Amino acid sequence: MSEALWPGVSLHVVSGKGGTGKTTVAAALAMSLARDGRRTLLMEVEGRQGIAQLFDVPPLPYEERKVAVAPGGGEVWALAVDPEDALLDYLEIFYNLRRAGSALRRMGAVDFATTIAPGLRDVLLTGKACEVVRRSDKDASDAYDAVVLDAPPTGRITRFLNVNNEVSGLAKVGPIRNHADLVMGVIASPRTAVHLVTLLEEMPVQETVDGVAELREAGLPVGGVIVNMNRTPVLTDSEMALAVAHELPLAEITDVVSSTGLATKAPMIAEALIREGDDHALRVELERREFARLEDLDVPILRLPFLSGGIDLASLYELSTDLTDQGVR
Amino acid sequence: MDAPHLKVDELLDDPGVSILVCTGAGGVGKTTTAAALALRAAERGRHVCVLTIDPARRLAQAMGLTELDNNPREVPGIDGSGSLHAMMLDMKRTFDEVVEAHADPERASQILDNPFYQALSSSFAGTQEYMAMEKLGQLHADTEAPWDLIIVDTPPSRSALDFLDAPARLGSFLDGRFIRILTAPARGAGRGLGRLAVAGFGIFTGVLSKILGAQVLADVGTFVAAIDTTFGGFRERADATFSLLQQPSTAFLVVATPESDALREASYFVERLQQEDMPLGGLIVNRVQEVDQDLMTADTAAATAEQLAATRGEDDLTARLLDLHAARLRTRERQHHLTERFSGAHPGVATAQVPALAEDVHDLEGLREVGELLALGRSV
Repeated sequence: MSEALWPGVSLHVVSGKGGTGKTTVAAALAMSLARDGRRTLLMEVEGRQGIAQLFDVPPLPYEERKVAVAPGGGEVWALAVDPEDALLDYLEIFYNLRRAGSALRRMGAVDFATTIAPGLRDVLLTGKACEVVRRSDKDASDAYDAVVLDAPPTGRITRFLNVNNEVSGLAKVGPIRNHADLVMGVIASPRTAVHLVTLLEEMPVQETVDGVAELREAGLPVGGVIVNMNRTPVLTDSEMALAVAHELPLAEITDVVSSTGLATKAPMIAEALIREGDDHALRVELERREFARLEDLDVPILRLPFLSGGIDLASLYELSTDLTDQGVR
Repeated sequence: MDAPHLKVDELLDDPGVSILVCTGAGGVGKTTTAAALALRAAERGRHVCVLTIDPARRLAQAMGLTELDNNPREVPGIDGSGSLHAMMLDMKRTFDEVVEAHADPERASQILDNPFYQALSSSFAGTQEYMAMEKLGQLHADTEAPWDLIIVDTPPSRSALDFLDAPARLGSFLDGRFIRILTAPARGAGRGLGRLAVAGFGIFTGVLSKILGAQVLADVGTFVAAIDTTFGGFRERADATFSLLQQPSTAFLVVATPESDALREASYFVERLQQEDMPLGGLIVNRVQEVDQDLMTADTAAATAEQLAATRGEDDLTARLLDLHAARLRTRERQHHLTERFSGAHPGVATAQVPALAEDVHDLEGLREVGELLALGRSV
């Protein structure tokens, strides 16, 4: 087992381009961090109920719920944060205005307020994550060992997290500004790590490279890059070279196939296998080029396998074990 | 149940179709699909304008989009008698232009300098969708323009439905009751609303001042007053484009990948189009695993691989290639199952399947290939 990554981090923010599997990775991460008797909270903020679908539970309310047990004992809890509820929370915690808040909601005013102020919505969502993180400072009974935030995609992540900046254009002073400062105190600190999920394809890798640069420029802590859906190369390097040149040994493969129960279609099968081998080699080459670009970023890179059967609870455990083996604990 | 085959070329050639909208979840290849369709339509003789939202750098370069000037540029290198214009949406600039077109210079600069306007025009959730609609309306209304077909790529929203909903949301927000009452108490706020509502608004503005600070509310007030007297009808503008999308001259193409999330999003969108009486052209499924399915089953491939590994050794090349074949067959089976489920729930939605490409598209040649695959519409 490798050395533990990200010691001292209690807020893990997971982003990634659409289609890279960031919700799955966030869930696997929450599970790894919950191993051996710990307790983690997996949060989503985009109203998609992706966590509920993943863990095959009914849609999550705005309430922390236990969704899974981690290997070695340990619990994964989940919370779907809704900006309206987060605003009501905020009003209650800071102004003791819960009742007024409920009245406002009935009037549709809460929706209006989160609409009127660009940034207010994001401050409320990130603010909720920070509130949960800060519980551990007070040794609260509802504290978690780690919080994993399934965040908006890479293209929007810096703006989403950099709430200070977003709010400052609008509110130079005032309570929301103070709240934003409080949130930044957690997000821009060593207690937070922002991870980007990618595939070894050109566009997601480009977004990851751009995303890391943006996060660094904004002074936000970059955690790691998680390369999802890795396919294990089936060819050796010398076979790869043959495949790229379309020179895999047709005669030999035809002979071998002929020695099996598939003998009647051996020539067709051999051709199909070689075609797929060539295609595989091209893809592996492309993946290696893209991987090299990620290495240049100088952040820890973790890999997760492609699971041809799709994602269910059992495969989440599998992915979580892979992360643990690579130092997530 | 097999879905009917989406005949892409018939759609592109149909002179009755003047707007094609590509929509779907993030990361499914909408932009590339829109660009490939546009190129194909142009090379089949149409005069096309493609509005892209956020193309990857190399795709933008492939279309000659090196500068962002918010105007369509002719793409060189098109074969045949058609033409292709391409543009990348600049949301802030589009908004600024709307303001400049409708206000006298003094009033316009007052609006453009307002801090609330600046936040609204560059970061408001929904502004991108609103401006995409606005630009589409402009491109369509331009009767001098050389194009007869506009292909639109939609913004990478949280939900594909945002493209339809955000403009109306922003429009009703700017035209809405709350903002008027909130910002113009002198106009007799709450008149006719009853005492309770007025009291409610009192709490409301009080809370908003608490949260946002009074300065923000003042900025909003100035902005709304300025924009209201120069041109009203944000909502009307959004509505006009919305109804354009209900015309039979529009076709929506819902883009997905054979994954459950992307297909779920496609489902929502298809259902919504039906509710809104918006014309659905069909479903495009990108990144389908290509594999020859007629040679053997996945189980046979895996079993034969195992047998070869036992007799010829673990590192036997044929055994490994058979394992690869088995994995591809399984992936294809799962994808097939997911797309079947979609067609079962939405019978009659014409579908085209496009195989996964080994590499991203960098030039017109690459776009042509994607266009071919789209027109073929079936992966083998």
